[in-house]
Amino acid sequence: MAQPQMRKPVEYFLDNKKYLHPKFAANYGNWKTHDRPRPGVLHHISNTGDQVWSVRAGTQRQMDVHTIRLLCDIADKFAEGRVRFTIRSNIEYILSEESKVAPLIAELEKNGFPVGGTGNSVSMVAHTQGWLHCDIPGTDASGVVKSMMDVLYDEFKNEDMPNRVRLSTSCCEINCGGQADIAVIIQHTKPPKINHDLVANVCERPAVVARCPVAAIRPALVNGKPSLEVDEKKCICCGACYPPCPPMQINDPEHSKLAIWVGGKNSNARSKPTFHKMVASGLPNNAPRWPEVNEVVKRILMAYKADARPWERMADWIDRIGWPRFFEKTDLPFTKYMIDDWRGSRYNLNASAHVRF
Amino acid sequence: MAKQPHATPMLDQLETGPWPSFVTGLKRLAKDKDYVVDLLGHLEHSYTTRKGYWKGGTVGVFGYGGGVIPRFTEIKNEKGEPTFKDAAEFHTIRIMPPPGMHYDTDTLRKFCDIWEKHGSGLIALHGQSGDIMLQGCTTENVQKAWDEINEMGFDMGGAGPAVRTAMSCVGAARCEQSCYDEAQAHQKIVNQFLDDIHRPALPYKFKFKFSGCGNDCMNAIQRADMAVIGTWRDNIKTDDALGKKWFAKHGMNELVNDVIGMCPTRALQIKDTKDVRKDAHVSAVALNDSQSLEIDNKDCVRCMHCLNVMTGALNVGNDKGATILVGGHSHLKIGATMGTVVVPFISLKKDEDYEQLVELAQTMIDFFAENALEHERTGEMIERIGLVNFLEGVGLEVDANMVTNPRMNPYVRTDGWDEEVAKINAKKKAAA
Repeated sequence: MAQPQMRKPVEYFLDNKKYLHPKFAANYGNWKTHDRPRPGVLHHISNTGDQVWSVRAGTQRQMDVHTIRLLCDIADKFAEGRVRFTIRSNIEYILSEESKVAPLIAELEKNGFPVGGTGNSVSMVAHTQGWLHCDIPGTDASGVVKSMMDVLYDEFKNEDMPNRVRLSTSCCEINCGGQADIAVIIQHTKPPKINHDLVANVCERPAVVARCPVAAIRPALVNGKPSLEVDEKKCICCGACYPPCPPMQINDPEHSKLAIWVGGKNSNARSKPTFHKMVASGLPNNAPRWPEVNEVVKRILMAYKADARPWERMADWIDRIGWPRFFEKTDLPFTKYMIDDWRGSRYNLNASAHVRF
Repeated sequence: MAKQPHATPMLDQLETGPWPSFVTGLKRLAKDKDYVVDLLGHLEHSYTTRKGYWKGGTVGVFGYGGGVIPRFTEIKNEKGEPTFKDAAEFHTIRIMPPPGMHYDTDTLRKFCDIWEKHGSGLIALHGQSGDIMLQGCTTENVQKAWDEINEMGFDMGGAGPAVRTAMSCVGAARCEQSCYDEAQAHQKIVNQFLDDIHRPALPYKFKFKFSGCGNDCMNAIQRADMAVIGTWRDNIKTDDALGKKWFAKHGMNELVNDVIGMCPTRALQIKDTKDVRKDAHVSAVALNDSQSLEIDNKDCVRCMHCLNVMTGALNVGNDKGATILVGGHSHLKIGATMGTVVVPFISLKKDEDYEQLVELAQTMIDFFAENALEHERTGEMIERIGLVNFLEGVGLEVDANMVTNPRMNPYVRTDGWDEEVAKINAKKKAAA
């Protein structure tokens, strides 16, 4: 019998030349400076005197085709048919005439797309897939982000922060959302619940044993079946065993909590890049709007906004005021769980007489 | 018209508020698609019970070993049948966007048409992996959708233990701080590793990210196994007209507090213009008719702060290229690691320079493939074997720019010391 004819893929990664706005192509690598005439608008000037205006708007990231077509209609009617997306899922429209800026903004706002996210604003949250699509999520992503951005809507549309603020959310401790000035990340608090009937058939046991960061998992015979057991005194509830072994369920509606981390900074500006640090945990996974999480995020943001100096990112601000004052100003409890005991942890301890009063 | 929608009291609450709602978008799709009606029911069930219900599996396209993220429902009735049968399969196809994520509307509309026909109609622009995420497809339709997308000229992204989809910033297309052609580096490296992207055979994932300057808009140092960060070797370029304009607007307080006081290496000083040093490594920008901001470029670490504040008045130099850092990754398994410097400077001006970058990347991937343990990222491998072993393995010279400070303990065997010193001296002599 004849095999069905399968199409062989064409393996080639395209360049971006044909997608560039003509002004981008003409001035490629030849830009001189830029300014921001208003929040959400970047104005770039090239060495040849060419100018472009980029108008940035927030989107919901997980977009239905109707939304994308609407964004395209706006691009064709009010812009010049070229757009790009930022790493934080904002759309940017490229204009070669300043007169087009105001009508485009009006059209975007009329259709519910907030214009902003530039400069010292709170940009859209970098986020993950969550319950919508992930195989190991402790919480949702799009929903948490929607609820956060509703609360931070004005901070997206204005540039009132001391420096830019980047947020992320992650639905497990793998932290796919990434490092951020403020990150919301699932923190499991109980060891996995093991379905011993399934382990032998579903999991490659040596691989699961090897995956554990604290060597808490060992092979065991349970009810006569080969399975795995967890030394619950050693277990740090990280969930690393769950992806390679789904019968080791780590997600729990009650005990999978949300933690908040601050001070991650990707830029090399001023200080070297930093990782974010845990400053709150134990917040309930309270779908559909996570009010407890949003309250803490907002509180941290407002303390930063009130107290940081111009150009201080969250990490720079805390570096100046110190952690005791950070916890004071945000009214968050500093608990024993925030004292690092993982490898390299001594570098996170205060080996000096530098103490703040 | 699709079937009757499920009640979604939880998700309905995500339709209120000013930010664009993905739930409203899903409901629009659900008007025509039973698939999305059941997806909404599935998601509402997660919201109600606070748990996820998708499991992985094996779904792919002809010729490739990865790039499709398979999802099968785990919400089943007592007979083992899917409760939300029309959304029992909800796979994602990862597609690599053009470098810098530029599009024309025709291209976006084509994606919409294909995905409306073969998939759920839900597209994430873009996922954290840097891919166009075409979310929601049955096993049967994956190949059909893929064939049409590939005909458009787009290729599939990476998944699993493979080279992954890369990311690059807007860069030279629009940014005056761009230090190299990010898109060219991005395209050349990805094309080099297409086989490693499409047929996962590495110990674990390997990510490339390209940022045009130290602002690192792609979070490359934190997230990429190999981060290419634009920089320059000569002096900061200055523009007196823009310097004066900046100073007239912002004044002395902002200059002192926001620029000079925040320089991490104290490379900036205010000088009377007549007193500005004439050394080759000193540059200066005029603030008014008598005063200048002097920059000692030997002290400068190219952090980008003063360039960010005094946009255009200060800018990147002419001798451009990149610093390469290796080993960034998130927590699992040993804790998060930043990328660290392995090449302080690689010139990226001519085509040959880019070829050299690709060769270097190939050497690193080869070393990773040979030496990493299963499920071990490059940063973890380096932590295990030590940076020097990595450098020797890939043929890179040690450099004091690779460390914050030299070793703080004596636990090292140094009987090769004289040979090392002789080698360094011979090299110095040859270069002189």
